[in-house]
Amino acid sequence: MRHLLSISDLSKAEAVSILDTATELARVSDGAVKKLPTLRGRTIVNLFAEDSTRTRISFEAAAKRLSADVINFSAKGSSVSKGESLKDTALTLQAMGADAVVIRHGASGAPQRLADSEWMLASVINAGDGTHEHPSQALLDAFTIRKHCAKGAPDLAGIRVAIVGDVLHSRVARSNILLLNLLGASVSLVAPPTLLPVGIEKWPVDISYDFDAVIPSVDVVMMLRVQQERMSNLFFPNAREYSRYFGLNSDRLKLMSPHSIVMHPGPMNRGLEIAAEVADSARSVIVEQVSNGVSVRMAILYVLLAGQSLEAGEK
Amino acid sequence: MSVALSALEISRALTRISHEILEANPSSDLITILGIPTRGAHLAVRIAASMSQIAAREIPVGMLDITMHRDDLRMHPPRPLMPTSIPSSGIQGRDIVLVDDVLFSGRTIRAALDALGEIGRPRTVQLAALVDRGHRELPIRADFVGKNLPTSTTQSVKVHLTEIDGIDQVVIEDN
Repeated sequence: MRHLLSISDLSKAEAVSILDTATELARVSDGAVKKLPTLRGRTIVNLFAEDSTRTRISFEAAAKRLSADVINFSAKGSSVSKGESLKDTALTLQAMGADAVVIRHGASGAPQRLADSEWMLASVINAGDGTHEHPSQALLDAFTIRKHCAKGAPDLAGIRVAIVGDVLHSRVARSNILLLNLLGASVSLVAPPTLLPVGIEKWPVDISYDFDAVIPSVDVVMMLRVQQERMSNLFFPNAREYSRYFGLNSDRLKLMSPHSIVMHPGPMNRGLEIAAEVADSARSVIVEQVSNGVSVRMAILYVLLAGQSLEAGEK
Repeated sequence: MSVALSALEISRALTRISHEILEANPSSDLITILGIPTRGAHLAVRIAASMSQIAAREIPVGMLDITMHRDDLRMHPPRPLMPTSIPSSGIQGRDIVLVDDVLFSGRTIRAALDALGEIGRPRTVQLAALVDRGHRELPIRADFVGKNLPTSTTQSVKVHLTEIDGIDQVVIEDN
């Protein structure tokens, strides 16, 4: 494995092995030792052409805990804002000797373009591209679900997950649907019809427009952010109506089955798709998702980079 | 392929190592046994059980994964990580006995010393190996050895244990 571009590139065994590696690495983060020497001397570039808080910080923390050198590069305040192309940026990174590039980009497929090109030899890790995929988020969500719901099983067989909200604009939902299916979980989507993509009936999911009917039967309720910045049209009449039909509030929280959990990839619109008292409730694992994110990203960097240089040297 | 140690010989070697560790460490309440996964960890459990019996006190035992500290990581495909479990008494100020199945280049033990240093500062670190096959590449030696096996570098030494392989034996294979 050289790049992580899409969940569809992963086999089930590879996905499980990343989760297992993350489980061992989580003990590092919990324990007295927060640093390992494994990637000493490797350079990891965070190339963020779109805003991000937790993904960038999480990749940075993961890289630093493995002793890699991290260069942060965001579009604002760099020559990208002066109109430099992705190609020239990639050539610059290659010239500086980057071993891995963690890229977030507004254009779907930008990481794929970088990986397929001859512009650079570095591993490419997709940290969210347009409305396409966000594989590291799906892996950390699967890690969190496995920890809470799998009862020691290596995969997610038989676990029922509801993904609720703005599926249309959500790369998190696309990666999660692929990975949850790969690991044996069943997925229900709950959203207004205007926020479901064209061709959704061919996806391996159940679709419902009635949130209250789905809630009692699932183990995990995964809320999605309403992505107002990507909405050029009106997709629902107003925020209050959306919140009433598709928001997770304390009344709906009472309908959830006893051991089920609430997830959200962040950043949350409190009061829109999730009520503040739900986000802060005991069922919410939203903050834990962030700390699991560091362990999972350490595992991704380890799997992609720790054994790689001979292979790259042979090219 | 030739059998270097039978099940009975392995069991005797481990009992002898257990006695030797206790003799070398008169303050047995400070000893902690740490095995290096996977086979070293099983040997550590056996040695600790045997020591607990001899000393009539519980000897803490754990395992220490050294994968992230290896110096040959870049020469192989990524290895899966193994579990690490340190007994609740920790390693700070204790007499640590590392246990591995085969002592060869010494690089695993160097990595283990680094891994230990990340966790704390033991009073002493000692090394027990079921088989010492020579060909050291680093200035490292074992304090307790089950059997010295003269080998050539073209041969490989395989330790089979009932916990994993269903049989206890050590074999030498010609490659």
